[in-house]
Amino acid sequence: MWRIGTVAALRDETATARTITLEVPDWPGHLAGQHVDVRLTAEDGYSAVRSYSIASAPNSAKRLEITVERLPNGEVSPYLTQQVAVGDRLELRGPIGGWFVWRPEQPEPIQLIGGGSGIVPLMAMIRSHGSAKSAAPFRLLYSVREPGVVFYYDELRKRSENGRSLTITYAYTRATPKDSPRPPSRIDAWLIAEAAWPSKLVPTCYVCGPTPFVESVAGFLSAGGNGPDKIKTERFGPTGGRK
Amino acid sequence: MSAQMNYLDGNAAAGELSKIFAIDVTTAEGKCAHCGAIRRFAEAHLYMQCPGVVARCCVCEHILLRFANVRQQVVLDARGMAYLVMNAG
Repeated sequence: MWRIGTVAALRDETATARTITLEVPDWPGHLAGQHVDVRLTAEDGYSAVRSYSIASAPNSAKRLEITVERLPNGEVSPYLTQQVAVGDRLELRGPIGGWFVWRPEQPEPIQLIGGGSGIVPLMAMIRSHGSAKSAAPFRLLYSVREPGVVFYYDELRKRSENGRSLTITYAYTRATPKDSPRPPSRIDAWLIAEAAWPSKLVPTCYVCGPTPFVESVAGFLSAGGNGPDKIKTERFGPTGGRK
Repeated sequence: MSAQMNYLDGNAAAGELSKIFAIDVTTAEGKCAHCGAIRRFAEAHLYMQCPGVVARCCVCEHILLRFANVRQQVVLDARGMAYLVMNAG
């Protein structure tokens, strides 16, 4: 059940987040939006398991990428963002989850809403949308603290250039770039009404972020007329306990 | 809704539950034995700040399922779920 992945590349996304490329010879392939469990085991046998969203698009290369944000007092994320080296081996379980996924055969408009590192599984969907040359119109509403902590900034800009079917709105919550049309603010009903697909187009909405973020955004989407079966959520937060 | 919002969702338990279920549990439809709501397991509220994992109904917050690793045993208590329908196709 546990597979071995070898670290093939490391790339810093921000001062506290790193993308790890893993080579997994028996990887069965994945869908955009799925996650993997990573298990680290200490010399005394103590082990810790954490879930990380897959950032890369489905491919046949037996490779996947995860982007890990370092959590203060984290048990696993400091190791993955600061100590792990190319050639190291990690234990992986997955791919996991068939609910929070986007498949290239979905033709409907897609509304992605991410908070902080909740962008990661949404990025897999955006990359899958690109590699499958899907014509489904995508919108991304990305809530981040400040410009310096945006993941994948250059790639997102390229993927949303004229003629592409991806539109991005940033919601900066603490500090904005100089040319921002809005002062720092959290996503609210007004911004959803302005930046998200209208519910009458029956978009499928994918919301990923910390639990309070997901609850708040899912509430706005629901109040805006999106049906519960069209709002898919993935919450994340610190987890604890020995496994 | 929980006042503390310290829960995750059913997706987060799917790796551990793969020890028991051969089929992906996140898309399975379960009925809450307490309020009768039928929801995907992915929508359950999941509490992991304990030795095991507790999944609660996203509508009424009653316990659907408890799961723990105890030494070499895996313990599952699913009495809060009237049924679970999994897609075997």
